[in-house]
Parts: sequence; C-alpha cells; structure tokens
Amino acid sequence: MSAPTAAGFSERLLQGDRGALARMISWAENGDERFGPALDLVYNRVGRAARTGFTGPPGAGKSTLVNEVAKALRQDQQTVGILAVDPSSPFSGGALLGDRIRMEDRALDPGVFIRSMASRESRGGIAAATVDACDVMDAFGLGQILIETVGVGQAEYDVVSAADTVVVVLCPGAGDGIQAMKAGLLEVADILVVNKSDLSGADRLESDLVEALHVRFGRESSFPVPVVSVSAASGKGVSELLASMATHKAWLAERDLPALRLEKRLQRVRAALDSAVSSALWTRLGFGARARAQLEQGLAPHRIAHDLSARALASISPQDLRTS
Amino acid sequence: MSPAKEDATAKPPVTGRRIRILIGKPGLDGHDRGAKIVASALRDSGMEVVYTGLHQTPEMIAEVAVQEDVDVVGLSILSGAHMSLFPRVRSELVRRNMEHVVLTGGGIIPAEDVAALEQGGFAKLFGPGTRTEDIATWIQTEMTKRWSAEGTTR
Amino acid sequence: MTKQAHTGHAGNLRSVDARAEWEALIKEARLRPANFTSISGAPLKLLYGPEDAEIDADEDLGIPGAYPFTRGVHPTMYRGRLWTMRQFAGFGSAEQTNERFKFLLELGQTGLSTAFDFPTLMGYDADHPYSEGEVGQVGVSVSSLEDMQTMMAGIPMSEVSTSMTINGPAPILLAFYIACGERQGVDPKLLRGTIQNDILKEYQAQHAWLVPPEPALRMITDVMGHCAKHVPQWNTISISGYHIREAGSTAGQELAFTLANGMEYVRRGIAAGLAVDDFAPRLSFFFDSHIDFFEEIAKFRAARRIWARKMRHEFGATDPRSWMVRFHTQTAGVTLTAQQPENNIVRTAFEALAAVLGGTQSLHTNSMDETFSLPTEKAVRIALRTQQIIAEETEVAHVIDPLAGSYFVEAQTHRLEQEAEAYFAEIERRGGVVACVEAGWIQKEIHRSALTYQRAIERKTKKIVGINCYEEDESRNTPIELHRIDKSVELAQRERLISLRARRDKARVEKELALVRGACRTRENLLERFISAAHADCTLGEIADVLRQEFGMYKEPKIL
Repeated sequence: MSAPTAAGFSERLLQGDRGALARMISWAENGDERFGPALDLVYNRVGRAARTGFTGPPGAGKSTLVNEVAKALRQDQQTVGILAVDPSSPFSGGALLGDRIRMEDRALDPGVFIRSMASRESRGGIAAATVDACDVMDAFGLGQILIETVGVGQAEYDVVSAADTVVVVLCPGAGDGIQAMKAGLLEVADILVVNKSDLSGADRLESDLVEALHVRFGRESSFPVPVVSVSAASGKGVSELLASMATHKAWLAERDLPALRLEKRLQRVRAALDSAVSSALWTRLGFGARARAQLEQGLAPHRIAHDLSARALASISPQDLRTS
Repeated sequence: MSPAKEDATAKPPVTGRRIRILIGKPGLDGHDRGAKIVASALRDSGMEVVYTGLHQTPEMIAEVAVQEDVDVVGLSILSGAHMSLFPRVRSELVRRNMEHVVLTGGGIIPAEDVAALEQGGFAKLFGPGTRTEDIATWIQTEMTKRWSAEGTTR
Repeated sequence: MTKQAHTGHAGNLRSVDARAEWEALIKEARLRPANFTSISGAPLKLLYGPEDAEIDADEDLGIPGAYPFTRGVHPTMYRGRLWTMRQFAGFGSAEQTNERFKFLLELGQTGLSTAFDFPTLMGYDADHPYSEGEVGQVGVSVSSLEDMQTMMAGIPMSEVSTSMTINGPAPILLAFYIACGERQGVDPKLLRGTIQNDILKEYQAQHAWLVPPEPALRMITDVMGHCAKHVPQWNTISISGYHIREAGSTAGQELAFTLANGMEYVRRGIAAGLAVDDFAPRLSFFFDSHIDFFEEIAKFRAARRIWARKMRHEFGATDPRSWMVRFHTQTAGVTLTAQQPENNIVRTAFEALAAVLGGTQSLHTNSMDETFSLPTEKAVRIALRTQQIIAEETEVAHVIDPLAGSYFVEAQTHRLEQEAEAYFAEIERRGGVVACVEAGWIQKEIHRSALTYQRAIERKTKKIVGINCYEEDESRNTPIELHRIDKSVELAQRERLISLRARRDKARVEKELALVRGACRTRENLLERFISAAHADCTLGEIADVLRQEFGMYKEPKIL
C-alpha cells in the first residue's frame, strides 16, 4: 500500500469524504507532517463557517445544549461540525471521550460530523489541534462549527482563539454565577446562557448575571451581551439562543470580521513561532543544557534567560531575515 | 517475557500518535459494568477511549468509528445476540472503508461462537474473568505491530 | 511469641488483664499477608466484643413480626412457612417458557418468576428492527396479550404467584397479565404476584428504560393507585438493589440507593394523592446476596430496620405492613466464574444460606453455567436443590434470626445503617434521587466501586478461586453443555405477530391507541387504558411507541 498523500486526502476532503475529514483531524492532533501541506491545498476554502465555542463549569449541561443547538441548526438546513474536548489524564496521557453519549440522536445524520478530542497537553480548555480541526471542518464545508470545551472548571479561555462567538453556559446551583465571575468567564462571553432554567435559582442567577454585565460591559463599543434562559433538556429557549448567535455574527460582520479573524490567526502564528523557535533553541542549539549548567553554577533563572536570549538575538542578522 | 510483550512498551513510530479506541454496546442489552471498567482501564493505560453509551445500532457504531478515526473497536454484549450483532457491526465498518480497524470485544460468548467470530474478522474476543491489563497489553501489542508494518503509510 | 505462649493465654480471656495481654499478643503476632476488609472494603477487626455492639434490645431489635422488624417480618418466620423458592425462568417463545414453568412447578417450586428478553424489556415488538438477534435470547418474548395467554396456558392464575421482571414497560405487561386473567375467568382481586416496576434503579444500574423519569414515575403511581383498588394482592413495585449491586456497588450502596429509591416512590405516591397505608404494604424489595456472608446478613437486617423507622417516623405510616421490608433475594451473578464452573454451586450455596439467615421471603439460586449461556435444566435443578438442602437438611430454618446478638453481626448491621443514612443525606443535598440520576451521580458512585473491586482482583488483594488463585488449565474443565436459543424462535415470533396484526380489529386498535395518547396528556390512569388496549390486541411496541412519542426518550447522562 502506498502512503496516503496530503494531496490525495485534500482531494477526498473536497469530495465530501468523511473518512478523509476524520483522518486529517487525526493528522492535526498527532503533528503528522502531512497535515500542513494537506491544509494548504484547501486553505482557500477556510473561513466560511461560523465558529461558536461553548464553555462553562462542569455539570452545566454543555453537551446537551450543544446537541440541542445542533438539532435546531439542522432543522434550519444548516450543516454542523461538533468538536467535543475532554481532558487527558496527566498521569497516563489517556482520555475518556464520552460527550457523544448526549448527542447520539445526531449520530446517523449525514449533515452532522462529531469529533471527540482529548485535550492532551493543553490546559486552556481545548486541544492544541482544535483550531486546526475547525479549519478542516470549515474546508470540508460544514457551515456551523460548535466547540465544546473540556469543562472541568479550570480557566478555559483558549476557546476565544478558536471561536468567533463564545457562549458561556451556567446553571443554577453547582458552578453558580459568582464562581463564573471569579473565574473571569464573563469576560470571554459573547452570550451567556442560564441552562436548566426550570430549576429553582435560575431567575436569581439570571438577574445576578444581568447586573454583573451592566457593571462590566457598560462601554458603548462592546457587544451587548445577552443572557439567554434555556432548558436544554426540553429544548426551551434554544431558538432564542440561535437568534443571539446570529445577532452576534451580524455584529461581528459589521465590525470587520475578517480583521478580527486576522488578529486571532496572527496570535496563532505567534504561538506556533514561539514554540518552534524555543524548542529549536532549547534542544537543537543546546540552550537547555547550557541553562542547566549555569543553574548548577548558582546563577538566577531570569539572569540565565536574559543572557541566553541576548545571545540568540545577537546571532541573528536582520539582513538575513529581510532577504529570506 | 515474550518479544510481543517487549514490543508493547515500545514507542509508536509516529510521534504524538495515541491509540484511539471505541468502546461500544450494540443492541438492547444494558449491562455496561464491564464496558465501563474496560474503558476506564484503557484510559489508564494511555489510550483515548471513545465511549458511545448503551443501545447502539451497528450503523451508529460504525459511523462513530469513521468520525472518530479510531484504530480499534471493542464491543461488549451479554445478551446472547453477539452472533447477530457483531457481524453486522463488522459489515457496517467494511461498508464505510473501515476494514483496517482492529475489531475486538467480549461478554458472555460460548467458545464455539468465539471461534466463528474470530474467523469472521474479529481479531480477538475476551471472556469473563479477563484482566483489564491483559486487554490493554494485547491492544498495545497489536497496534505496535500494525504501526511498525505501516510506518507512516496511514 | 511461641505457639505455647499463645494457647497458654487463650483460655483466660475473661478478665480485663487477659484482654490487655491478648491485645499485646496480637500486636506481635504474625498475620497472613491478606486484606482484612469486607468485600465492600469496610475494615474488619480481628475480634468483636460488647463494646462494638451496643444495641438496645427494644429499639434496635424488637421481636420478630414487630417494629422495627430487624429480626424478621413474621412472628414464626420459617417455622410457619418456608421461603418461596422462586427460580427466575423464561427464554425463547411463550410456549417454551410455559413448558419450563410447568417443569419447575413439578419439581416443587412454589412461585413463577418470568425473565423477559431485551426487546420486551425495552418496549419493542419482536418484529422491530432493533429486536433483530435478541428475540427470546435472555428471556421470553411477549409482545401481546396473545403471547401472555400462551405463556400462562394451563397454569391456574388464581393459584400461582407470578413475578415478572420488567420495568420500563411494566405497566403494559401487568395490563397483559390482568387481561389474561380476565380471559381465564380470574377476578383481578385474586391475582397474586409482583412486577418489578422499579424504574429508578434502571436509570442507575440496569438500563432498561422506556421514557424519562418524570412520566415513568407517573405511570408507577398509576399502577399503585389502580392496584390498591382492583388488584389488592399484587406487589406493585419490587424495589431492587440486585442490579445496583451487580453493576458494581458495595453492600452499603446497594442498601442506601435501594431504600432511597423506595422512599422516592412513597413520596410520589403521597404526592399523587394516595394514602401511604393504601399502597405501601404492597411495596416489596429485591436484594442481591453476595459472597461476603456476614456483611450480607447484616445488610438484610439493616434494610428491615431502616425502612421500618423511615416509614413510621418520616412518612407517618400507621399500618405495620407499611413498615415491613418483605424481600426476594437472588444469589450474586457477578460472583460466578466461567473458570471451573462447578465451583459456582458452592458459591451459590453460601450466598443462599446468607439470604436465609437474613430472613428472605423468597429466593432464586443461580445456576452454575450462567456465565456461558442460559441455564440448562440440569444446572437449574441443582440450583433449586441447593435451596431444598438448606431448607430440609441443615436445620438452619428452625430458629429465627439466629445471628442476632452476635457482636460482629450487630456491629455490621449498625455500620451499614450508618452508611445508608450518610447516603440519604447526600442524595437530599443533591436535590433528591431523580436529580442524582439525571446528573449521573449515583451511576458514578457505582462505577467507582466497580473499578475499585476490579483493581483489587487484578492486584490480588481480593482473591477469586480460579481467577487469580488456584487457577487451572481451562482445557481440563469438564465441558459445559450449552443451552442455546434457536434462530427459528425469532422467526416464528415475528410471524405470529404479523398474523396477529392481520387478524385483529384495526379500527379498535387505532381507537385504543388514541385513548392511550389522550391519557398521556391528562391525569387519567394509564394502567386502565393499557388493560383496555391489551384486550384490543394492541401490541407492547405500539403502546410503548405512543408513550415514547408523548413523553420522549430517555438519554443516559455522561458517566465516564
């Protein structure tokens, strides 16, 4: 069997082959060298999908809500990609990916593609490859991409880099509004959802959130963050949520969505550059070993870092960079 | 121990690649104690385990296997319906160009049925009383063999 | 310490000095390298004494047949009547099950117990696509009143007591049974038996459900309400710990979750406007008897005491029958091994003995071959004979609650009661049983215990003969004869259904299904509608489809 090539897979992706879509996401996850070239070939098709992130504390009902949103989008004849991120064990590196269990009525819908992702080394609520996976789904032609973060209650802000619209899902009781505010979740929210709105305490949570938003987002230039009451279990409020998602999308479009996305992509380039350059310096150019020796001589960490970075920069000729 | 055992601890040839396995419960049988224990144990041995939950049709399991691009599909049945459901999962996988997936499973399955299923595309079936560690080791060994054989051809 | 020194002191434990000396002695003594806990992980002392079992003879024990029933629910217990020997049976077609029932009655069994196949348990007809390959496999397939009539043919329904292990569609199967009795000319008032009808433990452990918790609970109160008036000898719910335990819980969790479920049914009954003493006497229980002999006996005793206290003091029941835990027991399927299967006879005997010493009202003993397939007649016979040997040969049934007053058993009874109380408080804090089910919390607790147990086996801190000690080359095992269900059963069952659908009055079927649909939207008693639909030959799947459309499907929460 000859090796599947990047070109072959890009071709299959454009033909609507779900297996190719799945495999390219695996390539992204595994750092397979074919991923970059394969994505290059279809990159002109990236940028059409609406990308919405769903984050919030554990038990807020994110999977059920994502499932209901997907169902409503399907009724509206839109195609949906779902990326559901679950935590990797820091001990074994393994992961239990169980979010699909709440989405099984979408399992055989040809207009829906669901992929579970392990967070692997990432700590920001999504996997390192989640943004790449979004790009692949986007190129495949899925119109709406829904990203569900890990949801273990840690700071899950990376979803901002992957999504145009961030929905923060809260529910009364466990993981209440105060906690969410403390965790800074409100600051990343474009839309706030009070899920399980039939439970007692939902009204209270909703009014707390409205008040907190009033204080925090009083500026004219920002999006007026709505608080939407939803009962994902019964589907109540889901259409209002969809309307809010559409409103936010329109608001972004008015404010030059391409420019906003460019900023996010710039951050991705920078992050990728950081990691590539620093790992090259650390291992290939021996900075790691040098730093260890200097620490053993008793030098302070920040002093070593300062010296090493000065050394690295001094050896780069600005002339070379400009011409290359 | 045997060379196979040593291989099990070897690094996969592609860096960053982890074994992805789907644990599925086809049919109406609700006994998921074993499936959940195996899923948890495989996570603890470093695999990424997609758990589909109960009452899955063969079509659903095969479709999930495609979307999740799993290397292995493990099925559990205690209802006696294995001779009907296991082959149907296999044919749904084949229909979706997923014949490369390693098919395994377990449950209350008489020896003669195990032999028949192992003839029919199942790599191995595990019976009651199997140590989860043995299941993990078998999967790791099997995947290491396959990955070495295919190199980066996947 | 020398052996002589040890025996030298052992005869003289009466004084305080002797006790202190013994304690010093055991500190030095070399013990076997084993894990000295109960199977549920509770640490066990080497010796129990009066200080471990401070019991109030009236408050904690009482007398048999009286509050708090710790010592048993009948004043005479097994001298009055032995427990009902009730082997769970059912497989293949209704005819085959009818034959097995008659075989068991001839062997001296005193009650029938029906196992259904998965399609029936999930409310699908034998000809539904989901049923393919599963019809008749683990129990009998009953899709219609006609199937029920075949199953009960020639069995006098006014005389036998029939237990039906069914939950999600329990009200529909009960309707078939009542209608079947009516066709035999038996007044529903004379029908005796049990439907399991315990939907809460389905969400928690066994997973054969039909609709979400709220409508399911409404149907259960409909059954309680109807039976209180019209089928007064019927046990409307068999509140079951068996499946919780088999799913991997500890003894304490089995006790706690079962009784918490029971209390939830009582709350629902009261909320539906029923008087507690009208329905509570018809609630029965079903426990597992696992292999930890003393812990199990203590569990049965604790169950009786807790329930009596709750029903009397929390729910204000005044009829002593409302306070009683009458229970069926099954030996633990999970303790059976596929390795050296004859050993299962021995395991089952110990478990059965624990159930009898714990005061069970009826008992199923597992057959040795159940890790391979459905039991063969020979294996079923040995299992039933095991109970008969306990009843007739061991003389254990002559004395009521013979382990009462044992420091150890009383301490374990108390410990389990405390464990259960702690769980009740935690469930309440989490918003009640239904909220805990929907959040998957109870399921996670059970899974955690199952994992702990599995790890203990793999680390050999828990020994199982034939699994992690005293293993044998499996080829040396005597081959076990298999009981297989032929594929023709499924085909024949499908054809019967197709023929029924062709024969029946279609307009009447449509009318009855519309009435069921209407009742879903009002407070009308659904069981009454199901009985009427059964007489019109509406099938199980057709009625269940209406319920699924009206009430929605249940989706399991994420546990892993």
